Parts: sequence; structure tokens; C-alpha cells
Amino acid sequence: MADERVPYAGPGAAPGAAVGDQPADVDVIVVGAGPAGAAAALAAARAGASVVMLERGPFPGSKNVYGGVIYGRILDTVLPNWWEEVPVERWVVRRSTMVLTETQALTVDFRTQSWAGPPYNGMTAYRADFDSWLAEKATAAGARLVTSTVATGLLRDAAGRVVGVRTDRADGELRARVVIAADGVNSFLAKESGLLPKADPKHHTLGVKEVLSLPREVIDERFGLRGQEGLDIEMLGNTRGIPGGGFLYTNSDTVSIGAVLALPGLAAAKVRPEEIIADLKGHPAIAPYLRGATVKEYAAHLIPEGGYDHMPPLHADGLLIAGDAAGMTLAAGIWLEGVNFAIGSGLVAGRVAAEAAAAGDASKKRLARYRDELEKQFVLADHKRLRGAPEIILSERIQRRYPGLVADLVESLFTVTNPEPKPGALALLRRAAKRNGVSLRELARDGVRIGKVFR
Amino acid sequence: MSRFWFRKPVGAASAPAATEAAEGMGGGGGRLGDIAFEDRMATVDFRVGERAHIVVDSDVCRSCTTRACVTACPANLFAPTADGGILFNYEQCFECGTCYMVCNGEGALTWTYPDGGQGVVFRQG
Repeated sequence: MADERVPYAGPGAAPGAAVGDQPADVDVIVVGAGPAGAAAALAAARAGASVVMLERGPFPGSKNVYGGVIYGRILDTVLPNWWEEVPVERWVVRRSTMVLTETQALTVDFRTQSWAGPPYNGMTAYRADFDSWLAEKATAAGARLVTSTVATGLLRDAAGRVVGVRTDRADGELRARVVIAADGVNSFLAKESGLLPKADPKHHTLGVKEVLSLPREVIDERFGLRGQEGLDIEMLGNTRGIPGGGFLYTNSDTVSIGAVLALPGLAAAKVRPEEIIADLKGHPAIAPYLRGATVKEYAAHLIPEGGYDHMPPLHADGLLIAGDAAGMTLAAGIWLEGVNFAIGSGLVAGRVAAEAAAAGDASKKRLARYRDELEKQFVLADHKRLRGAPEIILSERIQRRYPGLVADLVESLFTVTNPEPKPGALALLRRAAKRNGVSLRELARDGVRIGKVFR
Repeated sequence: MSRFWFRKPVGAASAPAATEAAEGMGGGGGRLGDIAFEDRMATVDFRVGERAHIVVDSDVCRSCTTRACVTACPANLFAPTADGGILFNYEQCFECGTCYMVCNGEGALTWTYPDGGQGVVFRQG
């Protein structure tokens, strides 16, 4: 095939005319070979469907970035003993939460050896490796992977049903009974279908990350790790008032550090994203961990953080949406998960699509089974339970006042004031609250709110 | 319908090679993170296509009061010009979408994906 690219007119371009009733080339087209797409292709192929999976990058994972931990439990159902072959960097046995101000740090550090062996809990990985591995599972099940190919638009029939995609290949139209849009956070297919708003800065954050080179033994020593053990740190505060947070996690011989920044706050602050990383790297509680490290790769990616209340409709006639395209990243404070939600949604989407193709019915009504099944599983059940979390986590007091309040309170508790006698804990709390502009009434109210969100 | 779609898979999903480590951050004196922006961007693999996948209409930008893209873009691709427009470059784009999300000028910014196989290639994302 001559590799002549058809210029991509862009998501704002007028949709093409309705196409005729030509037969489908395949049962299922999956757009995107990230975790959602690969899982969808795997499930659809295993259910007997013919599947083509399109990836715009030169290999799966080449466009993808994440911020810490992949939780693989969902893979147990489809790939038994997956941990024996997954391209892991380290298995997370230490999970820390840091509350930072410019000069203070309060760390809650949990460690368990039960996460150090099968079946494990969370892992760190490079997405180029992990996503390629998962996509290979789909191709081994019979799905066809086509890389370096952009799905530039949806093909629709006269009734408006999705019947395939246009691509930027010269012979670029491909028809299917069902299209699964797993094309990521910017999903132009979901935008074109009208299911996703064209731009929604309020419910997106920007993740920026540096991968830093350090010898494996140095990482082991500095972070108290052995063998394949790994650490993941989540941070709140010290982001110059921009709602979001920081993260640091260990790979075999690199450490990844980054920040997640709410877009409206980032835009208003007029601060460059890499300056926030520099702040975190220079923090007195973090800098010693990174001494002598060199930057190996810098990366950035958007994250959909709106949660349950801001997800798009998940299906239309002939179309399902999965993973980040459907806003399925869980950003709920102590739980920050995404890859597992992508895989979970993809597995269901692939199966529902294959069954719909076999039944010869890809109507919106039939495809509603996708959402019904996700509601019964963790994917939408967790999101529903934690639907109030994104708003409260990114709220003014949590982001800008409580880190200082908590750090000041702990500092005053442990600062010895002899010969003055120790003040009572309540007096210290009042003082820390006042100093950080929080009333005890607000504190109580937020406590109740948080209790309700996380109950 | 071309037979292309059903050809044997090409070996495109091969494991990526490690990139060269970039310049150090000066672990001795000075603050960590003091890596020059060009050196930071030099750590990233970009396969630059001929077609610009970002297009900016500077006429719209002239009436923009926020210019949020200038600071928010993690790749620093947007620069204000003396006459109130915006100068942009597309070559070293992460394809994150921040620019069009924070843009407040209707039609100022057209952003698409680069052609298939082009653009950023993350090795350790």
C-alpha cells in the first residue's frame, strides 16, 4: 500500500456525508491501543469477533503517560498469573502520603510485605512496555493491530448510526458493526459524536512528569527497598496554590516525579508547569532522595478528573466509549487510579460489542448493556460511591489551607516550649486553624462533608 | 475496501530503545531542577511531521486577555508577539491538549493529532 496520508481536517471539520449500506469489514473496530482499547480488543476477540485495533502512535503506549501505580487485579479474570510475565518495574510495597508546605512535610507511610509477592497489589511500569504487552495479548487472541494510524472521524449511515471510521491512510475507510472509542482523554471521536464536550477545562488536570536516572542500588538504599519492591508517594500542597498535587514513584533504575495541576488554576496562576516540578524536587523533604539524578525523559498528558457526574453518555448507535475517553480516571484523594478503570471498562465494552455484532443488533438500546454492566462492577460503582470526591479534593480549603494547618498543628505538637508548659491540643488546633485562615466551624463542616463522601 | 487491513501485522509494536540520558541537573550547588528548558525537551523523542497539527489564528489572539496557552503549555510552544498575536511551533508538542482546553478565544486554536506515526514518542511515560 502506498503510504499516502490523507490530511486530517481536524475535529472541527464538517462530518462527511452519510455512507451507504456496504457490509461491515469487521465486527469491531477499537480505536486506541492503550489499556482500554487493548482490553476491549482482547475481550471482543475472545468472544469470537473479528477485531481491528487502530493506534495512532508507532507502538502502543507511545502516546501515554500515567502517574504512579497500575493495579492489576482486574487482569486476574482474563490473564491468570499475569504477574509472571507483565513488564513490571517495581511492585509497590510502600505507599506514602505527604502533606507539604514550602518548609514542612508530614508523611504517612504505610508498608506491607503482603504486596511484595503474588498476587501483588500495585506495580510501577513504563507505559510503552505495559501497553505494548497488553496489546500483544489482544493480537494473540486474534485481534489485528494497525499502528501509526489516526482515526480521523466516524462513518455514519443515513440514520446517523456509527458504522465505521475514517483514517488518515490513503484507503482509509473501515466499516464495522460496532466501534469502540478508546482514543484517550482528548477523544475526538467522542467529541465528534457529540457525547463529549469540545473543551472542558474544569474537569481536566495536566500531569507533568520527569523520569530521573538513579542507580538501582541508590534507589534501594534511599527508599528502603529490596529487589523488585517499590514505593509510591502522593503529595498534597506546595503547588503554588494551584489545585492538584504531586507524586513520586520508583522504577527499577529511575524515579518518576511529577505534578497534577487543575487547568483553570494553572491558567490563572501564570506559572509554567515545570516550575511546579522544580519546586517539588527542591523541597527539603524530597531533594535528598533525588541527589545526583539526571532527567531522562520529560512528559505531559491530560487527565480527566470530573468523576461520575461529568462522564459523557457511554454509548450511541454503533458506538461505545471506554477508558479516559469516557472520563473514567478515579481521582479521589487517597485513591488515584486510572489504568485499571480503563482495562475494566474495555473488557466489558469488548464483550458487549462482540455479542451485539453476533446478534446483528448494535442499536443504542442493545449497547446500553455496557453501562448496566459497568454499574454492577467497580468501574462505575466506585465512581458513583466517590462522586463527590473530585470537587472536595480540589476545593480551596483542602488545597490551600489544610496542608498548612495540619503541618503547623504537628509542628506545634512536637515543638518543646520549655519553660512554658505544653498547651492543650485543642488550643494548638485553634492556633493552627487561625493562622491558616480556617474557622473551627469550617473545619467541622468539611469533616462531615469528607465523612459523607468517603463513607 | 483495501486488503491492507488484513495483511500480516507489521512489527511495529517492538520494544522501544532507551533514550540517551540528558544533561545532569548539577547535583552539587544550585537548585535541583535547574535544567535548561531546551535540555529538558531534548530528552523527548519527537518524530516531526511535515504538516503543522496546531494552527493559531493570531487575529483572534489579539483580542485575548488571558493568553493562558503561553504559560500553561508544558512544551512552551506559544509565544506572544509584539503586535499582540501568538507565535507557535508544533514540532515539540506532547499532544496533551492543554492549549485548546485553556484557550478562551473561539476559533483561535485548531488542534488535531499529528498524522499517524508522527509526533511525540514516550519511552518511559
